[in-house]
This record gives sequence, C-alpha cells and structure tokens, in this order.
Amino acid sequence: MDFVPLTDAEREQMLARIGVKSVEELFSDIPPKARLDRPLDLPNGMSEAELAAHMRSLAAKNAHLDQYPSFLGGGAYDHLVPAVVRHILARSEFYTAYTPYQAEVSQGVLQTIFEYQTLVCRLTGLDVANASMYDGASAAAEAALMAVAHTGRRRVLVSAAVHPEYRQVMATYLGNQDVLLDTIPWRMGVTNLDALQHALAQDVAAVVLQNPNFFGSVEEMAAASAMAHGVGALFVAIVDPISLGILAAPGEYEADVAVGEGQGLGNAISFGGPYLGFFAARRELVRRMPGRIVGLTKDVDGRRGFVLTLQTREQHIRRERATSNICTNQALNALAATVYLAMLGPKGVRRVAELSLQKAHYAFDSLVAEVPGIRPMWDAPFFKEFVVEMDGEVGELLTRLWQDYNILGGLPLAGLYQGLDRSVLWCVTEARTREEIDRLVLALKAIA
Amino acid sequence: MPQARTRLETEDPPLLFEQGAPGRQGYQLPGLDVPERPLTDLLPVSSLRRRPLELPELSEVEVIRHFTGLSRRNHAVDVGFYPLGSCTMKYNPKVNEEVAALPGFSRIHPYQPEETVQGALELMWRLERYLCEIAGLSRATLQPAAGAHGELTGLLLIKAYHRDRGQHEQRREIVVPDSAHGTNPASVTMSGYRMVQVPSDARGGVDVAALRGLVGPQTAGLMLTNPNTLGLFDENILEIAEIVHQAGGLLYYDGANANAILGISRPGDMGFDIVHFNLHKTFSTPHGGGGPGAGPIAVREFLVPFLPVPLVGFDGERYFLDYDVPKSIGRVRSFYGNFGVLVKAYAYIRALGPEGLRRVSEAAVLNANYLMRLLAEEYHLPYDRHCKHEFVVSAVRQKAKGVRAGDIAKRILDFGMHAPTVYFPLIVEEALMVEPTETETKQTLDRFAAVMRQIAREAEEAPEIVTSAPHRTPVRRLDEVTAAREPKLCFPAS
Repeated sequence: MDFVPLTDAEREQMLARIGVKSVEELFSDIPPKARLDRPLDLPNGMSEAELAAHMRSLAAKNAHLDQYPSFLGGGAYDHLVPAVVRHILARSEFYTAYTPYQAEVSQGVLQTIFEYQTLVCRLTGLDVANASMYDGASAAAEAALMAVAHTGRRRVLVSAAVHPEYRQVMATYLGNQDVLLDTIPWRMGVTNLDALQHALAQDVAAVVLQNPNFFGSVEEMAAASAMAHGVGALFVAIVDPISLGILAAPGEYEADVAVGEGQGLGNAISFGGPYLGFFAARRELVRRMPGRIVGLTKDVDGRRGFVLTLQTREQHIRRERATSNICTNQALNALAATVYLAMLGPKGVRRVAELSLQKAHYAFDSLVAEVPGIRPMWDAPFFKEFVVEMDGEVGELLTRLWQDYNILGGLPLAGLYQGLDRSVLWCVTEARTREEIDRLVLALKAIA
Repeated sequence: MPQARTRLETEDPPLLFEQGAPGRQGYQLPGLDVPERPLTDLLPVSSLRRRPLELPELSEVEVIRHFTGLSRRNHAVDVGFYPLGSCTMKYNPKVNEEVAALPGFSRIHPYQPEETVQGALELMWRLERYLCEIAGLSRATLQPAAGAHGELTGLLLIKAYHRDRGQHEQRREIVVPDSAHGTNPASVTMSGYRMVQVPSDARGGVDVAALRGLVGPQTAGLMLTNPNTLGLFDENILEIAEIVHQAGGLLYYDGANANAILGISRPGDMGFDIVHFNLHKTFSTPHGGGGPGAGPIAVREFLVPFLPVPLVGFDGERYFLDYDVPKSIGRVRSFYGNFGVLVKAYAYIRALGPEGLRRVSEAAVLNANYLMRLLAEEYHLPYDRHCKHEFVVSAVRQKAKGVRAGDIAKRILDFGMHAPTVYFPLIVEEALMVEPTETETKQTLDRFAAVMRQIAREAEEAPEIVTSAPHRTPVRRLDEVTAAREPKLCFPAS
C-alpha cells in the first residue's frame, strides 16, 4: 500500500507539464554518492487486512488493563475515561488538523484550547495557562527554566520526593544550561522542610515540590511556598490534576507556577505516552511562559474569535531568543482533558478524587491489617498512592502475584531510592473495585 | 435581495462556560463500594481545597454537540487540501487509528513487568531498526515527543560527545542556515549552545565559502535540513559534511523534510551523524491540531553510548528496557516517548514496505514540481530549479498592487482549502511555501492552481477582494494586535 492516488496516465501528463521524461530526473540534483543504490532493507508492504492481523498479534503479546487489574501508578494512572472523550478525539476534523496558523479556519481547535487554558486555570487556581507541554516531566523542567529566566538566578531546589524520572529530565534540561539542580532530601515520606530551609539562599531561582509526591504523600505545600518566597524564589508545584478535586489548588498556597501530568484527565495510559504536560502560572509570568497560548479577540465584523497570541515569545518569530523551543506539543491530549473535565464537572472531579482516596485507604488498611509481613513505612497522609514495606524478596512476590494470580502489583522502589529495597508503591484509583482489592489482599496473604 | 441575518442567526458559538446548569452532570461514576471514612480522618484540613472548583456543569448531549459543533469550524486533512509547506499534511490512513486503539497497545501501563509487554517492546525495537535503515544510521531513541524535542536531544548528544573528548569548553557554537526552521535556533539556545548563522547562496543552498569561514575549533556542529526549507536539495551536501567534519564538528539532520527522500537518499549516506524524524509528518501519524507528534533520533555508532535511557534491547529471546547506556545524556521525557504515535508510524512503515515508501517520495516530488510549474505562470519563482517535496513562490508581483502573501493566504481559505505557509523561509520576500504531499490527486492540484490563478487575476483587477478576504469563513480577519496587547487568555470565573 502507499495511499498515492496518481494513475500512470496522470503521471505522464504531469511529467510532460514539468518538462521532464521521468520522475528520476527530478532527483538528478542528488549527488550519486548520496544516493541509495538498492531498495531499503525493510519487510515488504502489506494489505490493510494483513497489517491489521499483524498488529493484533503484536498487541496480543501484551497483558492489558481490561484483562487484569493493575495497582501500578507512579505518574501513569488508570482512571476511568468516559466514552464521549474517545468519540470526540476520533473526529478527524480534530485529529487530522495542524497547528492553527490560519485562525479563520481553525476556530474549533483554537476555542477548545482556550477552554482548556481556562479549565487548567480553574483547577490550579492560577491566572494563565499554556496550550500544553509534552508531559509532566518536561513541563517541570520548563517551569524551572522559566524561573531561572525570571529571577536571573542559577540554582533550583527540587525535592527528592519528586518523581525520579521528572528529576532526571530536569537534570538534563537544566544541566545543559549550566543551572545547578540541588536535591532536598525527604524524611518519613515527605520533603524535609528543615533541609529545605537550610538550602535556601538568595541564589535560588525556584523550589520544586510535588503534591502528592512520588510516594503518594501529601506535602506541606503552604509552608514550603512561604519558605521559597522568603528568599525571593519562585515556588513551583507539580500536582496531580485529579487530586485537585479535594486538595488545595496551587493558587491557594500561592504557588507561582503549577505543572503536572494531565494523562489522568481522559487520556489513554498507552504505555507512557502520548501524555500531556499542563503549565499554569501567575499573570506576571505570562510573557516568559513556554509554548503556545490562545487568546480571545474579535474579528472585523465584531464576532468573537480566537487566535494564537503572544507569539513574539515563540521560536518562529524569536528564533534563538524564544522562551523555549517547544513547537508541536500535545493539543489532542489537551482536547481529551477538556472533554473529560466538561463531562465530569466539579462534582465529578471531586467524586473521582474521593473514590480514589477512599479506595486507596481501604487497600492500605486491608494490606497492613491482613497480610503478614506488610508494614507501613511512615504515617504521612496520602491520596491515591502509598508505600509499604514487605518481608521477603519483593521482586519475587510481585512476580508470583502476576504469574499465579494475574494481578499487576505495585511498583518496587528498589533501585529508585536507597534504603527502600523492600518498599513497594501501590496505586488505587476509582477504576479499582473492592472485589479486586480484596483479591489482591487474599493473593498476598497466600504468597507471603 | 435577501434580508440581513438576525442576531439569533449569527450568534457566536457559546463557550463551555456559557452552557449547562447547576446540578447537571455528563458522566456517572461508580458508587463507593468500600466503607467510607470521613475526609478529615484521611487528610489534614490544611491540605484541602478551600475554594470550590468552578467547572461547567453539562449533560452528555451538550458536551457532544458542543465539540461536534467546534469540529465543524476546523480545517483538517480529512476536510480538504492542506498545502502547508514544511508541515507535510498528508492523508493519515484510518487503519492506523484502529490498530493504535487496540487495548493491547492503548491500555498498558509503562511500569508493567517486561514479560507482560513483549509486544510493545518488540514494536519499538523493530521501529528503531526501520528508522535506522531509512536514516542510514546505527541506533535510535524513540523518546523525543516532537521534532523540536528531537533537535534538543540531538544537540545534547553532540555536547556529550565533545565533552567526552575533552573539547566541550572550546566547541560552543552550532551553525544554522538562515533558511532554517525557527525551532533550530531555539533548540540551540535550549541546549546551551551559541548559534552562528550561515547564509544561503544564489541557488538556495548553504553558501559553502561562507561556511568555510565560519567553522573552526569552536564549532560543535551544524544543523541542516535537506531538502531545505526552500524545498531544494543541497547539491553540495557531501562537501558541506566534509567541511564540518574536518573542523571537528558533527552534522545534525532536521528531518522535517524527509518525506522527499525515502528510499532515495539517506541522511547517513549524506554525511549526517544525527537525524530526527517527525513521525507526524513523514510517517503519517496525525498532527492532532498541534500534537502529539514524535521526534525519534537516529545516530551513528560512535554516538550510541550517549543516547537517552532507556533503549529497547533484545537478547535473542526477549525484549527488555536497557538502562545500561554508559555515557547517557539522561532522560528528556518520562517513560518511553509517545508510544501511541510510534504504533501508528510502525503500522505505516509495515503497510508501505520499501517500495511503498519510495513511491511516497516520488509522488510527493512529482506533485510538488507539477504544482510549482502551474503556479509559476502567475507567481514569481525565486529559485527556478527542480524542487523536492515543497517549493516557495513569492507574491512580489502581487505586492506591487498592494496584495501581500498574507492576503493571498486568507483568500485561499474562501475556496475550502488551507493556505500555504506564508513569510517563511525568511530569506524569500513575500514567501508562499507550498507542500502538496503525495496523497493528493492531480485534480486537487489543478483546482488549487486555478484558485491561485483567480487570486492573481483579482490582485490585478480588484485587489480589495483579496485584501479583505476571507469572506466565507465562520469568522473573518481576527484582531491579533489587540489579542496580544490586552491578552484574554482564560474565561473569567463568575
């Protein structure tokens, strides 16, 4: 297959119009040494039916979450997705469009992005939001870089309780711009605020905490925010948008920037991507924000319309002086989040958060009470994820849980954190049923 | 004479926030099936939200009608011709959407045990090899989420390479042509390098003499797309590669224009050391209104030790995530990249095979040259040579009548087609950059040429029709100046 519609007769007419004898002539400017003199070494093409069968056979080699319950979290969440979200995303007027460079024929994308920005502002309690980033990790890195540009300072403090992969991405982005990234240790499942206070100085551009943090624990965001502001640093909050149904919004504890992973808002879990980084900030920071922004305006007839705006921050105008190089981002994922939030409304979002919270605590209580050898690590309050310590060889326990009981267990923290070799991060969302949680507890009792 | 339309007939489509009613909800969640504990037993009061969430309250049908209505106010490839230069807006095969949605791909968690995701890892492993064969290079990372993200990753590889050789302190410059995409210079800054611009020559390629004068012991590398943003293949590419390599720099290939060379010329064979592909362009995964895309990069063997972690490995029996990359630049993104996009690109490559891919480039180049010749009758052609997959014409003739490239773009919208890219590349005055792609029929190209002819005639005879366009779109000429001066970026809460 090749999806090329040209017939042989048309090719001949077109070649004649161009004034060449063959298509080959159109490539004559490529030096022979740069020409490939053989066919590409790839498998032969397939018909649609053959392709579909091949893809089904590859997909069948994966165990998926419609078949098996999963208690995995760590930045990728199995939240329920209303059918409406998939239906709207499948409208090809949305998914086969490009960046809305011609506003008059792109009002669909532009208005949904404006609505998305508004929803992110309302969730986070901040003034402005961009049209999306690649993922939560790169959004955190861009937030730190924005703080560096805003303050003119070159040191960023990040809590060790921030997702390890986010910290790795931040290290990559910041290190290459010669910004120092210092890590603040954690204690009893939360950021050690004494250590934070100790590390703070006039050279700190930003303090970055995650809430709930990688261990699922709820941080003292207001205290950390006040500490950061005490030395003139910006406070960057990485938040789970679902948690904002019940947890304080970043604006309420005076965060200057809120970023996070928007996957939980109606996006497929999809083996880690495509996901959606969201990015919101105080109004004063808008001209330093990375990425696309859509603004409301009027047309010549006075009708309401939407355009890409503040483009003088962006690379197609500013080139090497742009706020960031981000261009293609995650607009369709932002659309999913917009539809999701429209479907759930304020009560629905709160309900998802409450159900996740209640079920996670039910699972925690059951595991600790009923499974011998499982102990809590600390007593920090948690949202939908928690860490417990397990006797025995953790990897082996989780392997048996999968092989003998067909349950995808928690995430072992060995290798991610020193001293947590026997610790496992468990996640329970509203998508898990009591029956599945009880099954997990029974299985672990049998294994342990 | 028809009567003027009433207010009710011309109402602006409402925002989400102007619809619904308190108490409405579109989605019903399952009940709580575990014993409920008071919220304040579980979380400290100080951690709870104090102000209620102000979200709209809508029913399912309201949500569906709202977004269906908005979708109809959008141009898209499935709606009509989209000749937006450098963006490769080709048709996206529907079967790819179906297979990417299989739960075995869309419903798997990134931290599942490797034995439970062997199909996903196999797909990534194979895709990496296919992209390397197409690039003429050794290994690839699938992690970058977009082309610009690939550029950043590639530049960090260049940096890691020089650092490893103890030359980082002296090599701080990246050379970028004046015709480059804006992301190139922005990526140079993001990676902590300094940009040095090389001019283009009279034939639209890199000015080789100028390049010789620019490179030296301070050069870390060169970024180039070939064919370039004028749609022209740089005939001096082998010499350019030699100049940069002899100066000790590396060559980075911006793959935005790779649609023109599939199976015909490989960046690796041209001398490039690092290549990014925009899967959402060349490999026909949808652009999603501005994303998600994916920007994998392939590299020459000596750069493999620096690739981001994890890579996908295969030991002859099982596929695994390989974190053993000794001098890795680290991570540029969480997890493993835009996997869902990778699935579609993989499916596309498998459907086409080597012959299909070559036919793509042949047809893309044939379509572009044909259309270029048709448009050259009315519009100035600044570089009169065979183009590759795209070409640039200039509206300088029309400008004499007061009609600018941007006006022509707006007038095209009246005919149910998207406009070309305008005012880019920056080195062509009044540029209109056209990329028809291989999936368009001759009839579509002929019709577009007819539209462009009519607009050229209008520019001569009644320029105000063009300068006041568009006339038939849902909204007309939006006020961008006020939008930027007094930004309204979110809808005020009540």
